[in-house]
Amino acid sequence: MAEQAIDRSKMMVSDEVAIQINNMNKWYGQFHVLRDVNMTVYKGERIVICGPSGSGKSTLIRCINRLEEHQAGQIVVDGTELTNDLKNIDKVRSEVGMVFQHFNLFPHLTILENCTLAPIWVRKIPKREAEETAMHFLSKVKIPDQAHKYPGQLSGGQQQRVAIARSLCMKPRIMLFDEPTSALDPEMIKEVLDTMIELAEEGMTMLCVTHEMGFAQAVANRVIFMDKGQIVEQNEPREFFNNPQSERTKLFLSQILGH
Amino acid sequence: MTEFTPFVRTDMLEQREPPAGQRGIILWARENLFSGPMNAALSLIGLVVILWLASHMVPWLLHGVWNANSLTECREIITATWGPDATGACWAMVRERWHQYVFGFYPMDLYWRPTLAFVLMLVAIAPILYQSLPRQMMWFTALYPFVCYWLLWGGTIWAPVVVLMGFGLFALVFRLLVSGLGVPVSAGLGLVAAAAWWLLVQTPLSTAIHSVLPVGLRSVDSDQFGGFLLSIVIGVTAIAASLPMGILLALGRKSDMMLVRTLSVGFIEFIRGVPLITLLFTASLLLQYFLPPETNFDIILRVIILVTLFAAAYIAEVIRGGLAALPRGQYEAADALGLDYWQAQRLIIMPQALKISIPGIVSSFIGLFKDTTLVAFVGLQDPLKGITAVVRADINWKGIYWEPYIFAGVIFFLICFGMSRYSMWLERKLKTDHR
Repeated sequence: MAEQAIDRSKMMVSDEVAIQINNMNKWYGQFHVLRDVNMTVYKGERIVICGPSGSGKSTLIRCINRLEEHQAGQIVVDGTELTNDLKNIDKVRSEVGMVFQHFNLFPHLTILENCTLAPIWVRKIPKREAEETAMHFLSKVKIPDQAHKYPGQLSGGQQQRVAIARSLCMKPRIMLFDEPTSALDPEMIKEVLDTMIELAEEGMTMLCVTHEMGFAQAVANRVIFMDKGQIVEQNEPREFFNNPQSERTKLFLSQILGH
Repeated sequence: MTEFTPFVRTDMLEQREPPAGQRGIILWARENLFSGPMNAALSLIGLVVILWLASHMVPWLLHGVWNANSLTECREIITATWGPDATGACWAMVRERWHQYVFGFYPMDLYWRPTLAFVLMLVAIAPILYQSLPRQMMWFTALYPFVCYWLLWGGTIWAPVVVLMGFGLFALVFRLLVSGLGVPVSAGLGLVAAAAWWLLVQTPLSTAIHSVLPVGLRSVDSDQFGGFLLSIVIGVTAIAASLPMGILLALGRKSDMMLVRTLSVGFIEFIRGVPLITLLFTASLLLQYFLPPETNFDIILRVIILVTLFAAAYIAEVIRGGLAALPRGQYEAADALGLDYWQAQRLIIMPQALKISIPGIVSSFIGLFKDTTLVAFVGLQDPLKGITAVVRADINWKGIYWEPYIFAGVIFFLICFGMSRYSMWLERKLKTDHR
């Protein structure tokens, strides 16, 4: 998938902390979804999180922008701790972009309006400037000519690229991807992954829940494997794929790579 | 063993026209009316029923008399023209009494005031109905309720002006506090300030200004209102007020705050569990007991408030349906972009939920408009029962039966059908999901 040469030298990881998660726990009612998660993400890291369904990987990244609330432990995003304080939550959300499995574009707004809405209302940027920024990022994801269409008129891959552009318009420091290609036809997966690779090359801090192992090998500097709400194994991609340590990881890899 | 020929397509096929000769009225009739024995039989029965109805109604309508001074005279003319057994409508009644159906007992020399108010109403609602009109027109729309009140009821111009100042006070308090205290608290405090203004300052201030600068129109009492004037005043005000209230109730019902949710659910379920007539009786009788004896709370205003509350409860449930139809992802995407609750509601959630709810909301509006005839039960002159009773009380028109109902019915139908067609147009216009 992403075998083209990636210039890894551009993708330097700094030692500045972007996200710090300490002993985080979360329950859905009685069900313990996330158990003692500890994780430090440095600026510029590209982390791929994988694992079987129900392992808590989506829940983990949704906790980072507080779409889900954690019940114990600490999450600090870009120096701001997530608590019940709404001001902090809104601050973190405006710094952290998120791309969803089902795109979640706003169907009643045009592509351009989708991209300018948050900058205008949250960042209070003048409309003209917001539109220029939006067109810049729409060109970057290679769909500037669709700006005045509605999401329903676009293909899945195009919609997902708009969703990425919409997040980028907020100039986020961190991007979260929640299975961004799982709802796409195979022909469209590549165009979305290419956009993500480009983003990684520019040094964006990325956390990506995905089963695209080619993408993980090409772009990630770290792969995290989760099962039953905990981090089971993490390693740099080559080691992770060639020499998995835990039995659970070996089983998972044999299942997803073995067909 | 199946045999097959290996095949490789070398050129792709172009799109082609469907086969010709599949149209025409005869084909349409065959497909839609006579596609089988059952369908053909039903079509013939339907045709017979329609012809039978028409054979009774058409002569009656065609024999209608427009120029007569009484029902007896009408009948004489019909007998003279069409023979002794002929029946016919007596439209002369409409010709003679239409102004009462339209204005009730509003003073005749002041008919220009409700007429002007009606024309201005069309101007005021135009920018709401048609987004392509200039947005500056909304300023007139915002002012219109005050203009309309003054035109219809008359009295000093300072009364509506001082009421308007109360809204200004609300806006001022809200503006000053909203950044610090958030939308609900500052809106609440603004309402308290405005209510205090209306209760304490309103009357003395408007009287004082009026004594210095007496500008006013002859005042007209609420009991002189009637007919479609009354229906439209109650209907349009209640429609305009019940939609925002219904939105707030729907949001309240989905709120995370226990108190807000319980109050909203309690209100909605109470109102929906009680017939409108009960509420109207409450408006006309019970409120008098509960309010301080010296308050003179206008009966039309009381009816409007109760009808609004009634409609708002239904609209809240319709909108809740629209909210439930929205995918969770829309809320999450709005949250993830950093929009706060009210921004997300206003920009993302409500535009979509209201669009889904248009048919239900318009049904509620149509129902509300027709329900305005129920004010007959609290002694107001609605067009259907109230005015018709007045007309029949005249010795000239005693015994007239179908004509008043047909006349009022046709006007109701035109207004309601207009609302229905508008809503269908709006639905088509707002359709962007290309499903």
